[in-house]
Amino acid sequence: MTTGNHQSGQLSNVEAVRLVAGREMSVRLRSKAFLILLGITAVAFLAVPIITKLAASGPKTEHVAVVQADAEYGRQLEGLAGKLHQKVAVTVVADQAAGTAAVRDGKADAFVVSHGANGTQVTVEKSLPDSLQTLFSFAGAAEQGPPPASQQVHATTLEKTDPQQGQKIAIAITAGLLMYLILMTVGQMVAQGVVEEKTSRVVELLLATIKPWQLLAGKVAGVAVVGAIQLVVPGVLGLAVGMADGQLSVSLSASVGSLLWTLAWFAAGFWLYAMIFASAGAMVSRQEDLGGVMAPIMMPLIAGWVVAISILPGNPQSGLGEILSFVPLTAPVLMPMRWALGVAPVWQVLVALALTLACGVLVLRFAGRIYRNSVLRSGARVPLREALKAA
Amino acid sequence: MSDRRLEVDALTKRYGDTVALDGMSFDVRAGEIFGFVGSNGAGKTTTMRIILGVLAADGGEVRWDGVPVDHETRSRIGYMPEERGLYPRMKVGEQLTYLARLHGLGAAEAAQAVRSWTERLGVHARFGDEVQKLSLGNQQRVQLAAALVHNPEILVLDEPFSGLDPVAVDVMSQVLREKAAEGIPVIFSSHQLDLVERLCDRVGIVRAGTMVACDTVERLQASGGEELLVHAPAAAEDWASGLLGVTVRGRENGRTVLALAEGADDQAVLAAALATGPVTEFARRRSSLTELFRHVVSAETHTGETASTGETGK
Repeated sequence: MTTGNHQSGQLSNVEAVRLVAGREMSVRLRSKAFLILLGITAVAFLAVPIITKLAASGPKTEHVAVVQADAEYGRQLEGLAGKLHQKVAVTVVADQAAGTAAVRDGKADAFVVSHGANGTQVTVEKSLPDSLQTLFSFAGAAEQGPPPASQQVHATTLEKTDPQQGQKIAIAITAGLLMYLILMTVGQMVAQGVVEEKTSRVVELLLATIKPWQLLAGKVAGVAVVGAIQLVVPGVLGLAVGMADGQLSVSLSASVGSLLWTLAWFAAGFWLYAMIFASAGAMVSRQEDLGGVMAPIMMPLIAGWVVAISILPGNPQSGLGEILSFVPLTAPVLMPMRWALGVAPVWQVLVALALTLACGVLVLRFAGRIYRNSVLRSGARVPLREALKAA
Repeated sequence: MSDRRLEVDALTKRYGDTVALDGMSFDVRAGEIFGFVGSNGAGKTTTMRIILGVLAADGGEVRWDGVPVDHETRSRIGYMPEERGLYPRMKVGEQLTYLARLHGLGAAEAAQAVRSWTERLGVHARFGDEVQKLSLGNQQRVQLAAALVHNPEILVLDEPFSGLDPVAVDVMSQVLREKAAEGIPVIFSSHQLDLVERLCDRVGIVRAGTMVACDTVERLQASGGEELLVHAPAAAEDWASGLLGVTVRGRENGRTVLALAEGADDQAVLAAALATGPVTEFARRRSSLTELFRHVVSAETHTGETASTGETGK
C-alpha cells in the first residue's frame, strides 16, 4: 500500500492489478450464480460416492455357481450364509465350462472350481467380493472339521486388470470433467466480464486511470481465484468422502497429487483460455454477440473433452489421446486425465505443461493487443485483422 | 490562483480516411472554467479522450504546467466520459470507493471522500443501492462524484449537464465554480449555450477538429457584431433581403433578425421596414453566443460535416 497522503497519485502495477482482482473476486464470490454453481458441484461430488455406496450396500444377493458334484457343498454355503446374515443363491451348472461362462456373463459372482484340503479354488470376473471371501473360508473350515483353521481361498480372475483401474478411471474422469467445466465457465466469465465493462462503458473511466494490461491481468487473476475455489472445494470434498467410506483406496498422497496436478493444469489452461476469451469479449459490444466469437474458442475445449471421455477410459494408451494431450488447447483437459490413469510419465506432463505455458505467453502478446485495440470501440464487432493491428 | 495551464497543442487524429482532429489547440488556465462547444462530431469528445490518454493522438501534445501529461498526471484528472459508465450491478458506495482507490487513495481516505461527495451531491441515501436501480439523474450525480472523489487537480467533463434536472444543474454549476475557485482548471463540453454563457470564463468553439474561436464570452459576443431586431407585422417574408449590407439571420417570434455589415445604415433598414406597413419594434442587440455559434459553425458546413462524420461513438 502506498501511504495515504492526499495526492498520493499513481498506483504501482501490483496494487492496480490487486485492486481490479479484488473487485472481481468480491463481486463474483457474492453472486448468486457462483454460489449456486458451487453448491451444485459440491453436492454432486458428495452425492456420487454416497449414492454408489448406498447402491452397493444393502442386502444384495450374491450368486454362486457350483457343478453337480458340489451340489451338497452349495447347500452348505447357503446354510452358512443364512447364519452369517448374507444372501447367497447357489446355481448348479453342468460343467466347468458352463460355470466359467456363467461368471463371464455376469450370471454368477463366483464359480467354485474345487474345494477340499488344499483350499478353495474359485473363478471370478474381476475380484472376489469380501462377503464371499469370508463365506468360502468358513465353509472350507467347517468341512475339515476341527481344528477350524480358516481355509485358503484362491480366486482366479477372468479379466487381467489392474485392481485399481476402476478408481483410476473414476479419478481421471473427475479430473477431466472438472477441468472442462471450470475452463468453460470461468472462460465465459472472463469474456462476459469484459463485455459488461464495454457495454456499461465503465471501461473508459477505468482506462483513464489504469493501463489496459493492468485491467486485463487483474480481471483474469480475480476470475482465476474464483475458478480455483470452484475446483478445490468439490475436489477436496469428493476425495474426502470417497476415502472416508473406503471406496477410494488410492493412497492419500496419490489423490492429493492428482488434485495438485489438476490445479497446476488449471492455472496453465486458464491462463491460456482466459486471454483468448478476454480478447473475444473485447471485440464485441453486446452480450448477444458474444456467442459468435466464443464458439470457435470453445471448439478445441469441447473436442478435447469428447476424445477424453469417449476414448481414454476404454483405451488409456490411445495414440490420439497422447497426441492431443500435448496440444496446448486440448492438453489442460487430456493430460491430467492421462496422468490420473497412470499412462503419462512425468516428463510428458512437464513437456505438455511447458508447451501450454509457452503458448500462453504467445497468446498474451496478441490478446493484449486485441484487447487494447478493441476494448474502447463500440458498435459493430471489431474485425480480427483490425484488432490485431499494432497500436 | 496559480498560473499553471493545461495546454492542448496541435492535436491531430484520423480514423481511417476521416479526420477527427486537425491541429486542435487551446489552453485552460488554473482556476478557469472553459466551455467547449461545437456541433456533434466536431472533435470535442476525441480531444477529451486524448487528454485522458484513453485515445492516442496521431500528433500533437497535451501539457500540464509545461510538462507533457503522462499516466501519473492523468490519475489526478477527474473525468466524466460522454458515454456514462459505471458498473450497473455494483453498489454506489463500493463503486465510488473502488474508483477512488484506483486513483491511488488509501482505504480510509477513499471511504471518507466517498462519504463527503455523496452527501454533497445528494445521493448518500442511495449509498447501498446498485447503480442500475437509480434514476438517470441520480446516476449522473454518482458519475460526477466518480470524477471528484479523488480530489483531482484538473477536471475534464464531457457534457456534464446533459440529462440533469434544473436542481441538479444548479448543484453541478456550483460544484464547477467551487472547483475553479480552488484553482483547478475546469473544462467541460455542452450544447446548452445559455449555460456555457453563464458559467464559463472562456469559450472555445470547434468545427471539424479545429478550434475556430476561443475567447472570453464578452469578446466573443462583441466579435459577432450587433444585430437588428425588427417587428413589421405586415411585411412579406423577404422584405429585407434586397437591402445593402444587411444579412437576414432568421426569424424569432415573428421578428426578423438582421446582421449589419460594417458601415451599413440602420436607418435605411427602418425606412424599408416602414415601407411595408407599421413597425412595432426596432431594436439593436449584441449577438448571443447561440447566434455566434450558429454563424461560426455553419460556415463551410459542407467540408465540416464530411470531415467529421464517423467520429462520434468511437
